[in-house]
Amino acid sequence: MEQHLAAFDAAGIRVVAISVDDPETSRELSRAKGYTFTLLSDPDMKVIGQYDLVDPIDQVSRPAEFLVDAAGIVRWRNFAPSVYVRARPEDLLKAAAGLK
Amino acid sequence: MQRPPINWPILLSLPTAIVALYSYPLVFVRWAATRDVPWVNLLLCTAAVALAVAGIRRSFRRERAWISKALTLIVAAASVAGAGLFVYKVMIVARELPESAAAPAVGQPAPDFTLTDANNQPVSLAALRSTPLAGSRAPRGVLLIFYRGYW
Repeated sequence: MEQHLAAFDAAGIRVVAISVDDPETSRELSRAKGYTFTLLSDPDMKVIGQYDLVDPIDQVSRPAEFLVDAAGIVRWRNFAPSVYVRARPEDLLKAAAGLK
Repeated sequence: MQRPPINWPILLSLPTAIVALYSYPLVFVRWAATRDVPWVNLLLCTAAVALAVAGIRRSFRRERAWISKALTLIVAAASVAGAGLFVYKVMIVARELPESAAAPAVGQPAPDFTLTDANNQPVSLAALRSTPLAGSRAPRGVLLIFYRGYW
């Protein structure tokens, strides 16, 4: 994702990642992977629950992506079929290009 | 009694199964081409099982000490178990994900929220949508990536 950050920025998209990790773990992840985008902490899964993404077995978020426009409307979403499979950046950028 | 030739299929089957199992999370997850459908690892699993079967046939076809045959069976079982573990973990368990039927759909508003960022600062979705990007440009949108976390 970090590799494609410039493309997202050029498309006017702010990239944000959310998980149950606390801020310290997120800092560690960013440091290890060289991430520059925002990582948000949802340890109580309040937001993960709001978006109905709770994985009850592991008590984490299931992997998913939502593209929200400036007015706050969901314009595109993807639910990864497996914990190992993520949305490809190309698909995300194509969805982003569809925003006004 | 002449010493029978080395049963190389059974000797190869277990390392093949181990590579099939561990190379996915360690190596092949890095590229979408081998991650989304783990065909390399599935091929290795098939090879491990085939080698185990060939090893058993080789072992039982010839005059070998019973202990050699017993060991062959044990190694074969371990190889098949290793291959099976990969299929179970990556093809079954990793895909046991919730339905998420109540998730906001396309066209619906994304629920607003406020969460803490990596610097312990509160950040709201409303702010993410409106705070200008570099170059004082208004964002056209926000990409929310929900992920499991970092272990």
